[in-house]
Amino acid sequence: MRREREYKIAQKTSVFRLLKDKMAGSVMFTFTAVSVLLLILIGMGLVIKSLPILQEKSLWELLFTSKWKPMRGDFGFLPFIMGTLWVTVIAIVWTLPVSLFTAIFLTENSRAWVKKVVFPALDILAGLPSVVYGVWGILVVVPWISDSLAPHFVEYSTGYTTLTAGIVLGIMILPLMISLFVELFSSVPRDLREASLSLGATRWQTTKYVLLKKTFPGIVASVTLAVSRAMGETIAVLMVCGNIVQMPTSLFDGCYPLPALLANNYGEMLSLPLYESALMLSALILFVVVFVFNIASRLILRKIERTLV
Amino acid sequence: MKIKFVEEKIMKGMMLVTTLLVFLFVGSILFTIIKNGWPALSWEMITSLPGGGFYIGKEGGLLNAIVGSLYVVGASTVLGLIVSIPVVFYLNVYLRRSSRFASLARLAFDVLFGIPSIVYGAFAFTIMIYFGLKTSLAGGIIVITLLIIPIFIRSMDEIARELPQDMLHASYSLGATRYETIKVVVRQIAPGIATATLLSIGRAIGDAAAVMFTAGYTDSIPVSLSQPAATLPLAVFFQLSSPIPEVQERAYAAALILTIIVLILSILGRIITNRFSKNKIQ
Repeated sequence: MRREREYKIAQKTSVFRLLKDKMAGSVMFTFTAVSVLLLILIGMGLVIKSLPILQEKSLWELLFTSKWKPMRGDFGFLPFIMGTLWVTVIAIVWTLPVSLFTAIFLTENSRAWVKKVVFPALDILAGLPSVVYGVWGILVVVPWISDSLAPHFVEYSTGYTTLTAGIVLGIMILPLMISLFVELFSSVPRDLREASLSLGATRWQTTKYVLLKKTFPGIVASVTLAVSRAMGETIAVLMVCGNIVQMPTSLFDGCYPLPALLANNYGEMLSLPLYESALMLSALILFVVVFVFNIASRLILRKIERTLV
Repeated sequence: MKIKFVEEKIMKGMMLVTTLLVFLFVGSILFTIIKNGWPALSWEMITSLPGGGFYIGKEGGLLNAIVGSLYVVGASTVLGLIVSIPVVFYLNVYLRRSSRFASLARLAFDVLFGIPSIVYGAFAFTIMIYFGLKTSLAGGIIVITLLIIPIFIRSMDEIARELPQDMLHASYSLGATRYETIKVVVRQIAPGIATATLLSIGRAIGDAAAVMFTAGYTDSIPVSLSQPAATLPLAVFFQLSSPIPEVQERAYAAALILTIIVLILSILGRIITNRFSKNKIQ
């Protein structure tokens, strides 16, 4: 009799426990699904908002003409797209060798204590807010360009140039690139290096022929990721790029990248529906590029992770 | 000497130079911010609101921006934790290692993490207009919450994925449900939650682009969610564009306050990682 009762109680509690488990599961699933849906929601919101201008004008006209007169209904995004491209390319071109060498140094050639010093420094660099970079750019890089560097090449420069933005942006993505490369290089098995070293190759030869060759797809993926991060950087770039609507023809011209366009004009343009739509289109362009670049590079990086480990 | 040894020397030299360059950047940024911000930083700057004529260089302080930032960051950190902790547990305890859904969700969070904050800002602003909301503290909190959820999830997930599967199996074999197993797991990833929180706070407090359209800017401290709120990054941004030197100096002071906060967060993060990783079962 007693045993039976105990059994029933136990059954009841276990049913209750299982129910709790299931309920918690479905609540958690909802949270997960909703946060994944956020991505789709953002994409859809931007598409809906930029439809008016896409119906008015062809995508080709919007992306590849350079006349920007919102009040007259001319929306040519080319100067902004070129501004974004220039600034991003400059940033990547100088940070790629710097971050590669630093990452190789950290994983291949340095002692443990070097890492203990460098990683906190990278942490600080990664954590500093965008505006602080902007302030630093205005106080240090802008005067350096206008007083020391530009006079050698052009007659006059304010210092607020494409090059300035590229330099500041480069420093901002440096910690991301270095940490991606360090992770990548650390995933290469030790044996491969030792095999190369035992054949008489120097450390650099090993790095060049084994490490870099083995991780090349990963390096490409990491750079793609860094590019997508660099393209969306707003405030720091906006503060030093000059904000001049033009196609930059030299490093010492001012430019006007897409995020800066959005940040400078949003909120003021509500009176002109087409203008608002145009600005949302610039957000959509950023979204699409970041979306594609991110998915591509993440998938490559995942594949590498799987094959190397 | 063989050419390969010469090459080795040159490359080693390059590596040293680039590593030193990293330190040079960190040093230059910190030095510049401290040098310009320190003279402008005073007790009044931290404890008083902007007075009349503040923006032409008269007296007042940045209390509005400091409190505004604290409100936005505090609320969005709590909200972010509430949303992301269940997600991380779901991905790592409820779902199997090989789950397709988990892999898709992780990819989505990676992409969300990569989306620029200005896009979040623009998106949130259109949503706010749709619902007829004005720039407000609530808007700022919502957009920053959306912004930091992927950061939370990603950095906690990174720790949670290293959980030994045996530990879960041991718990199940004793008859625990998955929900009950979370109680075991939570101790293992507690340091991960702490560092993720610090990381997210750092991101949240420094972001200017997202709060620009959503939280707005004001000279007073908001007393309700529907009032606009000032934030520190925007205080830097707006005051730096002023032509008056006294106002610009305040921008430097605000930048210094931000930098100090970020440095403290970074140091705390290091301490937590070092202290708690000792207790971790590998």
